[in-house]
Amino acid sequence: MRTSMARGFRLVILAAFAVFFAIPIIWLILAPTKADGALVTRSPLSFGSFHQIALAWDHLDGFSNHIYRLWIGNSLLYALSATAIVLVTAIPAGYGLALGNFPGRKLVLTLTLVVMIMPAAALVLPIFLELNALHLIGSVLSVILPFSFFPFGVYLAYIYYSTAVPRELLDAARVDGAGEGQTFRHVALPLAKPIVALVFFFSFVADWNNFFLPYAVLADSSQYPIQVGLSDLLSSTPSFNPAQGGGGQQVNIFRPELALATLLAIIPVAIVFLLSQRALVRGVLAGAVKQ
Amino acid sequence: MSSSALTSAPVEATRTRGLHGAPARGRRTGPGVSFILPYLPFLIVFGIAPMIYALVLAFTNADGSWVGVHNFLRTFGDYRFVPAFEHILVYTCAWLGSLIVFVVGLALLLHGRANRVSAGFRFVFYLPGALAGAAAVLVWLFMLDPAVSPFSGVEHVFGDQLFVQSIAPGKLPFVFAMIAFWTGAGGWIVVMYGALNTIPDELDEAARIDGAGPFTIAFRLKLPLIRKWIAYMAILSFAIGTQLFVEPQLVDEASLGLVPDTWSSNQFAYQLAFRYGDFNAAAAVSVDLLVIGLAAAVLIVTRTGLFRRED
Repeated sequence: MRTSMARGFRLVILAAFAVFFAIPIIWLILAPTKADGALVTRSPLSFGSFHQIALAWDHLDGFSNHIYRLWIGNSLLYALSATAIVLVTAIPAGYGLALGNFPGRKLVLTLTLVVMIMPAAALVLPIFLELNALHLIGSVLSVILPFSFFPFGVYLAYIYYSTAVPRELLDAARVDGAGEGQTFRHVALPLAKPIVALVFFFSFVADWNNFFLPYAVLADSSQYPIQVGLSDLLSSTPSFNPAQGGGGQQVNIFRPELALATLLAIIPVAIVFLLSQRALVRGVLAGAVKQ
Repeated sequence: MSSSALTSAPVEATRTRGLHGAPARGRRTGPGVSFILPYLPFLIVFGIAPMIYALVLAFTNADGSWVGVHNFLRTFGDYRFVPAFEHILVYTCAWLGSLIVFVVGLALLLHGRANRVSAGFRFVFYLPGALAGAAAVLVWLFMLDPAVSPFSGVEHVFGDQLFVQSIAPGKLPFVFAMIAFWTGAGGWIVVMYGALNTIPDELDEAARIDGAGPFTIAFRLKLPLIRKWIAYMAILSFAIGTQLFVEPQLVDEASLGLVPDTWSSNQFAYQLAFRYGDFNAAAAVSVDLLVIGLAAAVLIVTRTGLFRRED
């Protein structure tokens, strides 16, 4: 009797939190199916029509000469090219730090760890000030290059090579006459597949969701990634910014369009999230951190 | 890799040892410094150099001459400095409190449930993690607008009929704490749950045989065993919390300036650089924030023992 009551109590708390976590997402998925007026008058979690989604997309796509597509494209360009550079630099670096023995190894490792744990936002203004001194502000490179520095990727590769890869395997290749470069390319690199997936995930998601850095270093709205684009859309929405409503500024961006813009902006990350959910939950704990 | 390569290895090793009188598998073999060379420029240019440059700017003036702590005193005396740090302090405390109580509480509740039920809950809690940055803030701007929100019932209880009431200045730190909790708590619950799973079953069992109830087991046995992880979460979240930028920035844009654009310290630094072009003052505030982040990172690396630096 007591245990069944305790179990019921436990389930009620868990369910209440599940509602808190899930409802905003369900609302976001349903919002673009309704017109702006219906969002206010109808039940918040009701379904409108597919026709409304098409209409909302037309408005969104029409905003500022298809700039929404450009923002998504920019985000893909920044996140994918930076992640490619991260993979090329971080995997060998993690390998070298894990198995090498050269002067400065411990220093590089400690610096990597400290910068990795430090909040990324703390470095944004210093990076801005530096890029400003180098006259790189406003260039696409001022986003891609800082994104390409991803110490967590180095750390993941470091942990992987120092724990999961048997040294005997690498020694065998060396003794067979393979040079260090060949040993890495033919033995260590093919073994790194799981870590490549993990680094790709974390780097891509971090870049895709980053708002502060591109917001600080880009000036032209045609260069914005989607996260910054969303803030641009927000300031154009009369629902939140009544000043934008009149004066010929009518841009047809209301709440359903804004909700659709948000929903589409998270789809790439949601896909990677769902695909890697299980591997992540296991990998993050099992590999990345010492027990 | 052929099998002959594997079998031939010990033979070769023996021969080498015989020739040089030293073990072949010493620390001398292994990849050299060339493997970290492609990574090094990024670490230096976007990790180390910005910090040094910010430091230099913070201690000099626009002409580049040394001014000591003048920029720090100047920004500290600014009427926006103290309120901004107050805001992020209240926000960070609210966020930390909710993280520690609810993340640990939920992880304990999930631990020991049937595996499939628990996995389902963990997935739902984890899901909002996909919405970081501006997207999460936008979703919550809708949730905070009683006109369209599915939570309008709750908001009416708090006396909010209008969007502007939901984001009243006194409520803002808590609103931002809730947004941050919504996006980040699930990931931490997964981490805590994983940490709980490393506790051997025998311990749990022994306590139960000794007559310990579920509460005693949770608080006296499990909680102390995941203390390290809670400390890690708290220090890391504290450091992240102090850097708040995107949430108040977007709310400022959505509220017609009701919320000042220097609400958080990072916003204040940003405005100093962008609106006033005062890079030295901006650098001084950045250095304040950098010190907090750096201190937290060093504390985690050197004190919690969660990160391996040597094998």
